[in-house]
Amino acid sequence: MFEKAFLGRRKYWIWLAILGGIIGVGFIMWLWQFRVGLGITGMSRDVSWGFYIGQFTYLVGVAAAGVMVVLPYYLHHFKAFGRITILAEFMAVGAVSMCLLFILVDLGNPVRMLNMVLHPTPNSVLFWDMIVLNVYLFLNIFIGWTVLSAERKSAPPPRWIKPFIYISIPWAISIHTVTAYLYAGLPGRHFWLTAVMAPRFLSSAFCAGPALLILLCLIVRKTTRFDPGKEQIRTLGSIVTYALILNVFLFVCELFTVFYSQIPGHMDHFHYLFFGHEGHGNLISLMWLAFALMTGAIILLVIPACRRNEEILTVACVMTVIGTWIDKGFGLVVGGFVPNPMHEYTEYWPTVPEALISLAVWATGFLIISVLYKVATSVKEEVRA
Amino acid sequence: MGVNRRKFLKIAGISTLGVVAKPAADALAVEWLDKRLGGFTIPETLLHLFHRPTGFTPGEALTAKRWAMVVNVKNCPEGCKACREVCHKVHNVPDIENPRHEIKWIWHGEYKHVFPGQKHEHIEEALKKIPFVVLCNHCQNPACVRVCPTKATFKRKHDGIVLMDMHRCIGCRFCMAACPFGARSFNWIIPWPRERAGTMPRFRKDKEPPNPEFPTRVKGVVEKCNFCAERLAKGQIPACVETCREVTKKKGMKPALVFGDLEAPDSEVRQLLRSHYTLRRKPELGTNPNVYYIV
Amino acid sequence: MYDGGKIITGIIIGLVLLAFPIWYTHGTAPPRPEVKLPVKEKQCVQPKAYMKTNHMQLLDLWRDSTVRAAKRIYISDDGRKYDMSLQNTCMSADCHAKKTEFCDQCHNYTGVVPYCWDCHIEPKEPKEKSEEKH
Repeated sequence: MFEKAFLGRRKYWIWLAILGGIIGVGFIMWLWQFRVGLGITGMSRDVSWGFYIGQFTYLVGVAAAGVMVVLPYYLHHFKAFGRITILAEFMAVGAVSMCLLFILVDLGNPVRMLNMVLHPTPNSVLFWDMIVLNVYLFLNIFIGWTVLSAERKSAPPPRWIKPFIYISIPWAISIHTVTAYLYAGLPGRHFWLTAVMAPRFLSSAFCAGPALLILLCLIVRKTTRFDPGKEQIRTLGSIVTYALILNVFLFVCELFTVFYSQIPGHMDHFHYLFFGHEGHGNLISLMWLAFALMTGAIILLVIPACRRNEEILTVACVMTVIGTWIDKGFGLVVGGFVPNPMHEYTEYWPTVPEALISLAVWATGFLIISVLYKVATSVKEEVRA
Repeated sequence: MGVNRRKFLKIAGISTLGVVAKPAADALAVEWLDKRLGGFTIPETLLHLFHRPTGFTPGEALTAKRWAMVVNVKNCPEGCKACREVCHKVHNVPDIENPRHEIKWIWHGEYKHVFPGQKHEHIEEALKKIPFVVLCNHCQNPACVRVCPTKATFKRKHDGIVLMDMHRCIGCRFCMAACPFGARSFNWIIPWPRERAGTMPRFRKDKEPPNPEFPTRVKGVVEKCNFCAERLAKGQIPACVETCREVTKKKGMKPALVFGDLEAPDSEVRQLLRSHYTLRRKPELGTNPNVYYIV
Repeated sequence: MYDGGKIITGIIIGLVLLAFPIWYTHGTAPPRPEVKLPVKEKQCVQPKAYMKTNHMQLLDLWRDSTVRAAKRIYISDDGRKYDMSLQNTCMSADCHAKKTEFCDQCHNYTGVVPYCWDCHIEPKEPKEKSEEKH
């Protein structure tokens, strides 16, 4: 089946070549980072996690969102989603691969990575995150490939795959919950020390992921002869709407607790992010932009006529993706570190090499998604023909 | 009535037994296992299976149930940075100019940064100026140890020191996010350039060669104060405490840094704690720091 | 077999390429490493044969014992006691004081690059003596 990945039109190859070029540049930058250390990034003693971990966090959400398609189809027999489960699963494969790569480029000593396996430490959330992410990656490749192979033979998927599918549903929830627990259990980081962290992560995942999936579906429709379907996209649009509203609602809950209680340690981070502190305020405009985008997207999405219009839906999805990306890929991580536990303000901004390495990881993920989508859509075209 | 009482006693007895037996059995099992493993974890024991550990703790070593430090900030001579200098020298802590990449084992902070929850406008004038010695708190319930995915940072069971195994650290920096005291530093750049370790980092101020008795570090690992575990093993007190004692003695003052066993009732630290009002950094977080401040 | 000729030619070319290190260096083997043993100290912590094959496991045990278990004294099989330290025991002035004449010899010969000295400081070798500072 994989041979389908090699039978593409010119545009497909040009696209892969562009991605390959970006990966190449980023890889060279990574070699440099590997040689001289993480000092070439914008991270510092005070802001010790940055863009890499932010991207990782965001992409865990994107990966988890596959469940928003798989769950209605397999548990509620919502037949329409049968057409696009494979797209959701393969998107998750790309996203989890990016997550793992972002962790890899963030490590100070990547060659010692297997120490995590050699010295398993169940009291560390990172240990569990490694397990859930790798298993989720395996589950999605395995399920996606098996179901697609069956479809190619015009046969129903084998019965033994069902348990794996049922496991993959709670598993998707678990990857994002465990990732939220990375943050939510740290004493002294008041910005993260909140029980709604995991629910917030899930809600932002369930809007960002399906929004990205809608965009991918539209690209698939444009570039291949396989149409993911109008009803499918419309239903995904509803999911994005609910999840996005929930996401903003949970954020408001957070704001209430922080600002009504008036506890300085909790307020300082929000102050820094949205208003700045004594001249420090790298992220102010970005944070306002994020919430403007999310609010704008909600307004567009709650009006049924707008939501059903695919062009407006596209705009709303782009706004959702960018808004949640800034919020989670940037504000969440950096905001937790500024001010630091000693109440000192150190600014963070990614450097060029850091951005290029991140871009290369994104390109790798999109390369994986492109190739897998090529296989999936070719099979779908072949079956239909 | 008799039957009832007997029944009652029976139930009470069994439940007491249950309540007591479970933790007792756990404790025994843990102790038994600890003894078998000799301070190692199970994977470490397996790794050394054919090279059985035959070592023992040196006789001259200073030992304690729980090492602790008392910082008497007002005894700190003005402008004195001796503790920092000696610590960073004996432990080969590189002197990096860029504050973003700085490595600190022990340093001096302002009151408002060391006790951010306690600051207010009308604080005692003297406190505003006094430098507060800050270092790893060697918490009894350390958050950094809890989050480390490889046990590269761990708490020594026998004396409570929180240590870094820089051979094992993968550089994920989870411990830096977890530490509420900013006590941990990451090697963002190559700390001690070697011939084959790549390019010489700019921003270096070190002029002197490293202390040959203590290792240096590579880039990409986290490091912090080790309460001078290597000196304790030789029967010496921590370098900062020793130097502080000498410096303050010359000036006819009492030492600003005092080190001792918190579990020994007549130790110097316990005497100070008994006779002074002391603070700890962020006690509300429950990490239970072992560094106390007399202000 | 389809394209049998091509496949077999391919396999042969592949094997020849794989064997590159063998036929390229044939007859030009580098000299055997010459290790200079310490003059003063006649006995290592364990017998020579054991050290030759197992010094890395021993050092690994040493580092875990000192760093993690606070056990810094090692007892050799015949009862001598040593401070477990690469820098201060193995490479002390009386023993393997010159890394280039001992460690590097075999490591270079076999092409292994242990990362011990990324952190641990090897003793200064005499030629640099004039530069030493106080």
